[in-house]
Amino acid sequence: MMPSAQDWLINPLGVVQDFVGKFCFAFTGLCERTDRKGKNGKLCDEKISKLDWEKRALEYFKEKLKETEAASWVPSLNDVPLHYLKPNSLVKFRCMVQDMFDPEYYMGVYETVEPSTQARVLHIGKYRDVAECEPQHEVDLQSQNNITMERQTFYCVPVPGEAQWVKEISFFCDTSANDLFLPIKVSRNTRPSGYASSSQARVSPSTSYTPCRHKRSYEEDEDMDAQPYKQKEQLTATDAQADSKRLETEALLAQQSSAPTCSPPLDLNFPLPGEKGPACLVKVYENWENFKVNDIVEVYGVLSVDPALSVLSDHRDDALSMDPMEADEEQRVHSPPASLVPRLHAILAHKLKHVNPLVPASLCTEDGKGFVSNFLTDLVTVRAELLGLLTGVLLGDGVAAEYLLLHLISDVYARHDVLPLGKFTVNLSGCPCTSSYTERLYRIIQLLVPCSYHLCMTLHNMNSLKFIPHKDYAANRLVSGVLQLARNTSLFVDETQLEQGQLDSTGVQNLAALGNLIMWQKVDYDFNYHRMEFPCNINVLITSEGRSLLPVAPPHLEQYMQSLQDALLPSLLTKFRVYLSLVRHLEYSISAEVTKAVEDDFVEMRKNEPRSVSAEDLHRMLVVARLLSLSVGQTSLSREWWQRTKELEILRRRRLEQQKCVNGNEL
Amino acid sequence: MSSPASTPSRRGKRGRASNPTSPRSEDVRSPPSQRRRNDDTSTGELQPMPTSPAADARSPNVQDTSLFSSPARSRYSAPLSELDLSSPLTYGTPSSRVEGTPRSGVRGTPARQRPDLGSVRKARQVDLHSDQPTGEDAVSSEQPVGQKLVIWGTDVNVATCKEKFQRFLQRFVDPSAREEENAGLDLNEPLYMQRLEEINVVGEPVLNVNCCHLESFDTDLYRQLMCYPQEVIPTFDMAVNEIFFERYPDSVLEHQIQVRPYNALKTKNMRSLNPEDIDQLITISGMVIRTSQLIPEMQEAFFKCQVCSFTTRVEIDRGRIAEPAVCKNCNTTHSMALVHNRSVFSDKQMVKLQESPEDMPAGQTPHTTVIYAHNDLVDKVQPGDRVNVTGIYRAVPMRINPRQSNVKSVYRTHIDVIHFRKTDEKRLHVADQELEQKLFTEERVQMLKELANKPDVYERLSSALAPSIYEHEDIKKGILLQLFGGTRKDFSHTGRGNFRSEINILLCGDPGTSKSQLLQYVYNLVPRGQYTSGKGSSAVGLTAYVMKDPETRQLVLQTGALVLSDNGICCIDEFDKMSDNTRSVLHEVMEQQTLSIAKAGIICQLNARTSILAAANPVESQWNPKKTTIENIQLPHTLLSRFDLIFLMLDPQDETYDRRLAHHLVSLYYQSEEQMEEEFLDMAMLKDYIAYARTYIHPRLSEEASQALIEAYVDMRKIGSGRGMVSAYPRQLESLIRLAESHAKVRFSDKVESIDVEEAKRLHREALKQSATDPRTGFVDISILTTGMSATARKRKEELAQVLKKLIQSKGKTPAFKYQQLFDDLRGQSDVAITKDMFDEALRALGDEDFLTVTGKTVRLL
Repeated sequence: MMPSAQDWLINPLGVVQDFVGKFCFAFTGLCERTDRKGKNGKLCDEKISKLDWEKRALEYFKEKLKETEAASWVPSLNDVPLHYLKPNSLVKFRCMVQDMFDPEYYMGVYETVEPSTQARVLHIGKYRDVAECEPQHEVDLQSQNNITMERQTFYCVPVPGEAQWVKEISFFCDTSANDLFLPIKVSRNTRPSGYASSSQARVSPSTSYTPCRHKRSYEEDEDMDAQPYKQKEQLTATDAQADSKRLETEALLAQQSSAPTCSPPLDLNFPLPGEKGPACLVKVYENWENFKVNDIVEVYGVLSVDPALSVLSDHRDDALSMDPMEADEEQRVHSPPASLVPRLHAILAHKLKHVNPLVPASLCTEDGKGFVSNFLTDLVTVRAELLGLLTGVLLGDGVAAEYLLLHLISDVYARHDVLPLGKFTVNLSGCPCTSSYTERLYRIIQLLVPCSYHLCMTLHNMNSLKFIPHKDYAANRLVSGVLQLARNTSLFVDETQLEQGQLDSTGVQNLAALGNLIMWQKVDYDFNYHRMEFPCNINVLITSEGRSLLPVAPPHLEQYMQSLQDALLPSLLTKFRVYLSLVRHLEYSISAEVTKAVEDDFVEMRKNEPRSVSAEDLHRMLVVARLLSLSVGQTSLSREWWQRTKELEILRRRRLEQQKCVNGNEL
Repeated sequence: MSSPASTPSRRGKRGRASNPTSPRSEDVRSPPSQRRRNDDTSTGELQPMPTSPAADARSPNVQDTSLFSSPARSRYSAPLSELDLSSPLTYGTPSSRVEGTPRSGVRGTPARQRPDLGSVRKARQVDLHSDQPTGEDAVSSEQPVGQKLVIWGTDVNVATCKEKFQRFLQRFVDPSAREEENAGLDLNEPLYMQRLEEINVVGEPVLNVNCCHLESFDTDLYRQLMCYPQEVIPTFDMAVNEIFFERYPDSVLEHQIQVRPYNALKTKNMRSLNPEDIDQLITISGMVIRTSQLIPEMQEAFFKCQVCSFTTRVEIDRGRIAEPAVCKNCNTTHSMALVHNRSVFSDKQMVKLQESPEDMPAGQTPHTTVIYAHNDLVDKVQPGDRVNVTGIYRAVPMRINPRQSNVKSVYRTHIDVIHFRKTDEKRLHVADQELEQKLFTEERVQMLKELANKPDVYERLSSALAPSIYEHEDIKKGILLQLFGGTRKDFSHTGRGNFRSEINILLCGDPGTSKSQLLQYVYNLVPRGQYTSGKGSSAVGLTAYVMKDPETRQLVLQTGALVLSDNGICCIDEFDKMSDNTRSVLHEVMEQQTLSIAKAGIICQLNARTSILAAANPVESQWNPKKTTIENIQLPHTLLSRFDLIFLMLDPQDETYDRRLAHHLVSLYYQSEEQMEEEFLDMAMLKDYIAYARTYIHPRLSEEASQALIEAYVDMRKIGSGRGMVSAYPRQLESLIRLAESHAKVRFSDKVESIDVEEAKRLHREALKQSATDPRTGFVDISILTTGMSATARKRKEELAQVLKKLIQSKGKTPAFKYQQLFDDLRGQSDVAITKDMFDEALRALGDEDFLTVTGKTVRLL
């Protein structure tokens, strides 16, 4: 008696309850228990062993999601506006763990009783926020059959700095499945022409909310006001989903009314300014020790937007009679209105290494391996083309392009006591300060990497932005900062925007934090009474002024860059994206023989010019060699590439020296 | 207490409540201060209020003495104690028991309600009502013999429990008594009886019981305490009070003695709390991050009828007041009004506790727990304190709306505090004891000792230090010794104060020689390390600053890096870039190990017993071997002389070195994860080794070693005296002693022996050789570090002055010279190049001799 195919999507709780139903007889035997305390521990064990359904249900969902395409039927919270999602349906959410709240005890199993007839019913409290019961029933808090269980709440935000293309590609494939929920199909092609071919295989009728999504992301905030009416028109025209419409209006009302009634608008605590998207309280039921702050996580879970959760804040006096200190601030942060921050009860949650939708999530599985070996065949041509593009972008500078490419695939792959191995920060100095070159450069990088952030080092930014996350004890949460980024995010530090002025103390701290990040790949989060070190893995690319290294800039830089961007073929772009994400995760080793050669070379170099070659240089060369080898798909260092590394480094040094001479001062 | 026996139990309660109401008649105002407890502040002010008839009814005798306020009580208590034994119901309401029973023997010392055990208890009591049949079943099923009564829902039998605990109190002698807190107690006498005596003398009616003791005495009792604290602790209270008042019948206490167990072994870490711990006694450690205002919590509401002035009291049940709808006296409905200032309140404070950083797994944010402090525990802790909290873990369901049947299925958890213990309290006062001693398991200690017995332990440890940094063996050894530190000596009785035991090290050398990395490593290795960069830190950031606390609006002292690294290591990078006045702060810290602060009306001296590990770059970005250390790094010699060891980290230009370096680095890049794991274990081992040695090993100089030290010092003095310069100062001797002691610590030896001295000498010499070699002569010259100038340089300066003097004298009786001309003359005469600086120096020297003065461009003879 398996539930039907769609049940598990729309009504996962029902499915769980079904599993429970099979084991219900187990409880009846327990009801005559009298001794509540004495055997508390033992009792729990006994019960839990009978709670086999948990495991079964979990396996069932895993199986379901394994089915081809099944995962894509699940609507994504990243993409679909909240008010289109059915409460208590299965949704997925790709996010970064921004903060971890305290563990929560909830009623894993509870009993309801009807006062008049004394009829008792057992319920499962897992995957829900509110202990529901039938009409006329009351929750019996004293029942001996209640089991208290523990779960962990994570505050999750969408992956910061996620590129537009990532969103588009990953959700185009999803939307096809959403017919289940929203049968209206409004064909609208708002996609940039370039993507058509890239997602051709998945071209599908987009559903009514697609326009809404594009609106939100593309247009300015002013449009927000106009938008609801459009949507409503569409909906009433088709006149189908009464349910979702009601939800939608509710949500809209909540949004609109929330502005005037709530004193300050709720800060959703995104690391980067100007981010949009839903934040979510993810409740994790098992293995929560495995998750860390800043992990990218994909969650499949039960959406809970019970308005009762928001009501809680209105009836505060009652709920809070216990603790007056946990007043407004914390309450607001820890139980925000569900219409703004939905709760997601994770059935399945797993960590992701990257968010690139073009690459399989795990490279270790059969699929993943096949994908890799397929791609390796035309790796070299892709690399050449990418190099060509980057050379063009860097105005014909081949060496810089090569380094930029290595930078884009760099990754902190290990740490040796305090030393991060594999970090590769590149400073492109001598960028033309005319017009918005760096802006353009960033846009192209944005097209290539899944996550990026453009950090302008303007005085204002440095003095006013929060770089380091800090703990707000009043609200009991970790207030995010710009440097709280997921792994392998490209941080584009634009020093051409530097201006004269004075850094205040925040500015100095911010710079120190940035320095620390570049040096040690770690950020010290500020916990007021102490600091805590969080290792990170962020690719920092710095552009700075100085005499132009690059050949003379073309007179019409703007057009030139635009033409470069336009000339990017979508198919090629896809390949580049796959390339950059894939190459990073390849295995790598150095054979004994090459080790020897490297050592010899180093000794030789030191002999010739002992002043200029230091241990640090060797570190760098080893990283360059690693990245070079990986960039052509070689998983171990060969002499040839070691040679190439040396040449590259020599070229680079020479350039730096030239510049030193010209400027007359050190850089 | 809405217990069935409502009158007696409420009356018992009045032991507390009577304070505000006791001075009922104006003439018998009996406000004996010792009886009125501080915590009754909320009601204490209301004393002069005329009391209600009801109050009178409850205590027929006007108090004759203030101390034994209600003889009436003992009269009533007799039936109450009977009730205790007969009815299981009363066992379910421990409060009534506490208040009732002991009083018979106690003669009126008021029992004090224990809200720390309280709030949920009442809930249970109500259960008892509703589930009465169940409850009695439980009792009867668990009592094979009619005599064996247990408290409902537990296996605790009050009488046995009491008896056991009394036996514990009377018999327990701490076998492993060595704790400093036992000061002044006879270790062979029963510990807790002495404590009771103390209570009798001091008058603080709190008995702290170490659960470890209880466990070693009676495991079963201990288990009961852990599992059913809210039933067992009142029983303990009862037991203690019986013993106490038997022994000291005339003793006067504010209220009855309360037992406060601490150090429950149950849980150590906030993260490991789980639903099974609910309602159990636990001990967790953490840091206080927030404390709330004092919350007066109503315990008993006072209602007065508006019509007939009939008054009644209602106890709070689960945070609610059941307002009487009908006046019992005149039967008017809705006539009862709450009289706030005659209600009874207790103090309560909410405290937020955060996991201490050491307990946390990497990459996660700390957990917090809400704890409630009651009565005299309120305001015992401040934000920032590290505390061990013993208390009862509670979970309370949250109700969305009383009218709604749906309940939020989440519990709110908190801990009701029974005992606070600050972990860093002693740190400020006692110099040597680090209270947060790490606990080592037997095996670990064994392992460490085995390691210590290896002959090459010193080399092993030094190579385990920062393995990613290559070579620099001596520097690593120096840092290793710094990590262990010397022995702290107290010479305050001779007026010299404390001798510093910390070793300070300065690393200087070319940029890019992984100095920062070494610093970073050390900072990560030691538990109380601080890392600052000279460029970014100000004197204020290093020492302390005064700021206004946004919440309390009080001035508070915020401590900086140096104070924070007390008993640790402060790593200062870019030492040379530090501004002069920042650096000047370090003078005091590096020798006296204290920090004096006088700002914004706060004048104090803080301990800063920190070792300093500093790194400095040469001024010319590259080390100039032709210059002295001082010239290269441009630091004042006063500061340099405070470093025990100054190392140069230079790039040795040597092929074999290069090769090994290359090999080392390359291997870093292809090492597998497992190998790294191994090294990581090493780091943990190193940490433990250091922690163990620092806490348990305190080497003293042996006779032989002191001789060796004396010799070494004399030798050092001799070297210089041959060339007319001083080559060693007492500071160097002190350094040698510290190094030798530290080396002995590395060996886990309680005695400093000659091998330690040898190594200290060697290391010291190595460091000197690197840093104090006069580039002009090639000799090691300590005066470079102590005076900033080498002896030869000083000699040369004097010679030049003499030459100049001669030159002037040879010119005859001219009273004045042109500056420039004199300079040219001198240059013409000399065969070495003379710079303007040198000339100026010479002029100044002659000026000091009162031979001439320089005014503008002319030089006048005097």
